[in-house]
Parts: sequence; C-alpha cells; structure tokens
Amino acid sequence: MSTTSITGRPSRVSRSAEPGARRAAGRPRGAWSRRAPLLPALVFMIVVTQLPFVGTLVISFMRWNALDPGNRGFGGLSNYKAAFDDPALRSSIETTVLLTAAVVLVSLLLGLVLALLLDRRFRGRGIVRTMLITPFLVVPAASALLWKHAIYNASYGLLNGTLTWLWSLFGSAPAPQPDWLSNTPLIAVEISLIWQWTPFMMLILLAGLQSRPMDVVEAARVDGASTWQVFRYLTFPHLRRYLELAALLGSIYVVQNFDAVFTITSGGLGTANLPYTVYQTFYQGHDYGQASAEGVLVVICTILLATFALRTVSSLFREESS
Amino acid sequence: MTAAAVSSRASARRNSALLGLLAWLGGVLFFLPFAWMVLTSLHSEPAAATNPPSVGAGLTLQGYREFFGAGSGVSPWPPLINSLTASVASTLLVLLLSVPAAYALSIRPVRKWTDVMFFFLSTKMLPAVAGLLPIYLIAQNAGMLDDIWLLVILYTSMNLPIAVWMMRSFLAEVPKEILEAASIDGAGLPTVLLRIVAPVAMPGIAATALISFIFSWNELLFARVLTGVVAGTAPVFLTGFVTSQGLFLAKVCAAAVCVSVPVLVAGFAAQDKLVQGLSLGAVK
Repeated sequence: MSTTSITGRPSRVSRSAEPGARRAAGRPRGAWSRRAPLLPALVFMIVVTQLPFVGTLVISFMRWNALDPGNRGFGGLSNYKAAFDDPALRSSIETTVLLTAAVVLVSLLLGLVLALLLDRRFRGRGIVRTMLITPFLVVPAASALLWKHAIYNASYGLLNGTLTWLWSLFGSAPAPQPDWLSNTPLIAVEISLIWQWTPFMMLILLAGLQSRPMDVVEAARVDGASTWQVFRYLTFPHLRRYLELAALLGSIYVVQNFDAVFTITSGGLGTANLPYTVYQTFYQGHDYGQASAEGVLVVICTILLATFALRTVSSLFREESS
Repeated sequence: MTAAAVSSRASARRNSALLGLLAWLGGVLFFLPFAWMVLTSLHSEPAAATNPPSVGAGLTLQGYREFFGAGSGVSPWPPLINSLTASVASTLLVLLLSVPAAYALSIRPVRKWTDVMFFFLSTKMLPAVAGLLPIYLIAQNAGMLDDIWLLVILYTSMNLPIAVWMMRSFLAEVPKEILEAASIDGAGLPTVLLRIVAPVAMPGIAATALISFIFSWNELLFARVLTGVVAGTAPVFLTGFVTSQGLFLAKVCAAAVCVSVPVLVAGFAAQDKLVQGLSLGAVK
C-alpha cells in the first residue's frame, strides 16, 4: 500500500521511449489509444491499494475501539502519542530492523558463497542447484511449522536429537538439551528465514556471475592475475549491482514478514515485528485508531527505505536502457 | 613440462575437487531440513518424536491419512480448494490486467511510462498491513468477510505490480525492427500480437503466471484476518493444524509437504525464468 509521494522522483529514465512519446503527445487521440491498455491495471491498483491507505490515515486520527463503540470521534494526535509511548511498538521497530538486517545480510553472504561455488563446473551441479532452490519453494507457513516443531523442539526436535546422538557416540555425560525457542527466539526466527531466503539471493547472484564478460576474466588470468585478484577487481565490481538488487528485494519481502513470527513465536519473547504488532493491535486489541496510527508509522518507516530502494532500482533501470 | 607445472596442475585439480565437494556440502545442508520434513511425514507418530531421531524407522502413510481427515474427520479439501480458487482466479486477473499494461509500457509506451512503472513498484514496497484495517471494515460493510473473492481481489493487487514489471521486461525483448517491419507491411494489431508478440512473450507470460500463483498460494496475513471457516485457505488451515494434545509431528509434516507440493511444482516449472521474474526483470 502506498502513498504517491515517492513515485514522482525517478524520472527521465530512458531516452529510447521519447520519440514515441513525443509523437503521442502531438496527437491527443493517439495518446489515449496508447493509455487505454494501461488504464484498467492503473485504476485497479489505485482503488485497491491507495484508497484503503487514505482510510488508514483518516482512522489514525480517530478515537475508535471496536470494544467501545459509543466513544467514537476525532482524536487528534492521541493515537500517535499512544503509539509512540507504547514500549511494545518501540521494541517492535527495533526487532524489525534487527530481523531484516540479519536475515538479508546473512542470506546475502551465504548466497554469494553458494553462487560462487555453483558458478564452476563440477559433477552433479544440476542436482545441487535443485537442492538449493528447494527451501525457497516451501510454503512459508509450512517452513515455519517445520522449524518450530520438527527442528527446534526441545524434547524431540532434530537439533537436540542430533546432540543426543553425537554425545551418545562418545558415551560421555548426557547431552545438553537447550530450549532453542526460549533461549534464542529471535535467532530461531532468523535462521528459518535465512534458510528460505538464501536460495533467492543465490539465484540472483548466480545470474550476475554468469553475465560476467568471460573474455576479460580470461585475459586477466593470462596476465597472471590470481583468483583473489580476479574476484576483487573484476567479479566483485560487476556483482555489486546484483548484490544491491538482491539486498533491496530481499528487504522488501523480509521487512513485511508475518508468517514466521506468527507461527514460530506468536510474537512472544521480543520477536514481534511491526507487521505482527499492527496485526495484534487490530485483531486482538480491537483498537482501530491506534492500529491505524501504527500502520501509518510503518508506512513512514518504509517510505524512507523505499525511496532509497527505488533510486537504486532506477539506476539499474537506466543502465539497462542506455 | 616442468615438475613445478605438473604439481601446480595437480593442486589446481585438488582445489577444484574440494570446491565441488563444498558445493555439494552446501546443497545437502540446505536440503536437509526439507528432507527431514519429508522423512518425518512418512514416519509413525511415535517414531517421529524420538530423541535421538529414529532415521531408519519403518515408513508409513499414516501422517498423510491423518492430514486427509482419517482420524479427525476434518477434510483438508475445502481450504485446498479455496487456495486453488484464490490463486488461479487472481493469477488470471493479474494476466488480464498486466499484459495490456505492459504493452502500453514497452511496445507502444505512454508518455512518462517510467513514472508509471515506479508507481506500480512503490505499491509493492509499502507494507500490506498498512491498508488492512480499512479493507477489513469495507469488507465487513459489504458482507465480503470470509469470502474467497475478497482474497482474489487483494491477491491481484499484491501480484499485479510484480507482473507488470516482469511482463514489461519480457515484452521489451520483442525486437523493435520486426514490429516496425510488420506495421509497414500493413499487419493489423491482432496479427502483430498473435504472430510476433505472443511467441516471444509466451515463456515470460507463463513464468509470470507461475510466480503470481506461488505468492498467492503462500499468503497468510490477509487470509488469516479476512477469512474464517468458509473461505480459509491452505496456509491458514496449516497453522491451525497443530494440536496441543498427543503427538502430531508426522501429520504436521505430512500437511506441510502436501500444502507445499503445488508451489514446488510451479517453482520448478518456472525454474528457467524464476530469477528474471523474482528480480522484476532486472536480471536476465
């Protein structure tokens, strides 16, 4: 859902379209025949995504709790004040930043290593690639259940089961059986998300690696460049825009994550991120006014990220069309 | 050939084998949780919940029978059919809206077409949760709560921006020279679309459809808030599948496998175009 404020920014992207555009501007009827195929999609998006946000904005200034229907009216900034004073919201902002940064950075790094490994010829490469894509193709809710019950569970999960097995090999003292979900809840959520998002990063970076101009790499090798030098001075600069793109797209998806937090910890133990907190205020607290104010705050936070993201994407876009 | 050259070649071969091994190790490590899910789904409940894990326990389809309602009598088919309806209908709607839009953004571009592109993208960047409440209230007033068609509309809006971006990148691959030649030869719009655009764009349209299907099938937040007993989708059913009594690990894993099958099939079908699609066409 969006405000239109960020759309005006990146313009002048392609030169190639301009002759056509000028021609279209010259003949108004031609311009409308050009616009006609676009209009249904545009109108649909405005009605379904922009209008509800206007609604959120209006409700955010209202006193409105579904459990107290008599007391409804204009509330000024009280919802925003309540949202800011709410320590739960502040901690959920922190959690969102931590969760997104950790998941995106770690899966980007792992994705890079895996992409570099897969960019070479070896036996069974197709199989390894397929195995690596699989985590991304598990339904997120199913993945969350898998990690919560089959892997992290303290009494019969795979992690503690493996510990028991390893310890029994050496016949020593009883194995440690940590309760992963209570001890490290946020890391538990992060690992399950890293498992799902690393393949995504790997795919984009692998495509980047494979679009390298190989003749330049060969020439550098012939000139005696070491593997590290080739990576540092040729591969990495080429890969940079792919790294940025992967990080940005990953952030867009991970910042909105609801499934893993909802399923694995139900937002407990400091794992509630913004989407979960808004969901909770609205769905369990029934405080429509405050939920809307939180929603607006989420949007403001995201606009900051999105403006930056859009600028990066538009620079890629410019490169492509130039 | 000198001895040094021979030994450096041998060490290069050893390095190469080592890196191949590392790649295999990474692949197996990432595949392991999935394999564990499938294996557990095929175990009996007692064998699934042992510590240490009983890897070699006998296989059974009991978990799958439980998922299909053998014990509880609760059929998973209504939520599965709801998910299928929401995903397929919204995907068709997405194609219906995005193909013409992409045409007006690439082959015969409108003025300021890049601004339009970024408007679509910006709707994707701001969290869905921000519009949830008004949508809930409108749906409540319109009597559309717990109605699968509400999800169809929302999933369409969720996937349309991605589809427009993807589709534009696929349509942009149609060679301009051929389009111009065709119009000089007097070919009408239907001819151009069917004979020139469609063959080039078809794989892209298919990939867009598959990715849109995957995202709709996976969605949990809207489905959780806006549906109830009638229109609940498969992910909602899945999260409600865990019981607090007794052993449930095998049947939960069986359920997770069953619900993931359509996504796995769609994902591997779209494999070649998956990257281009997921990167909104920025990566070829």
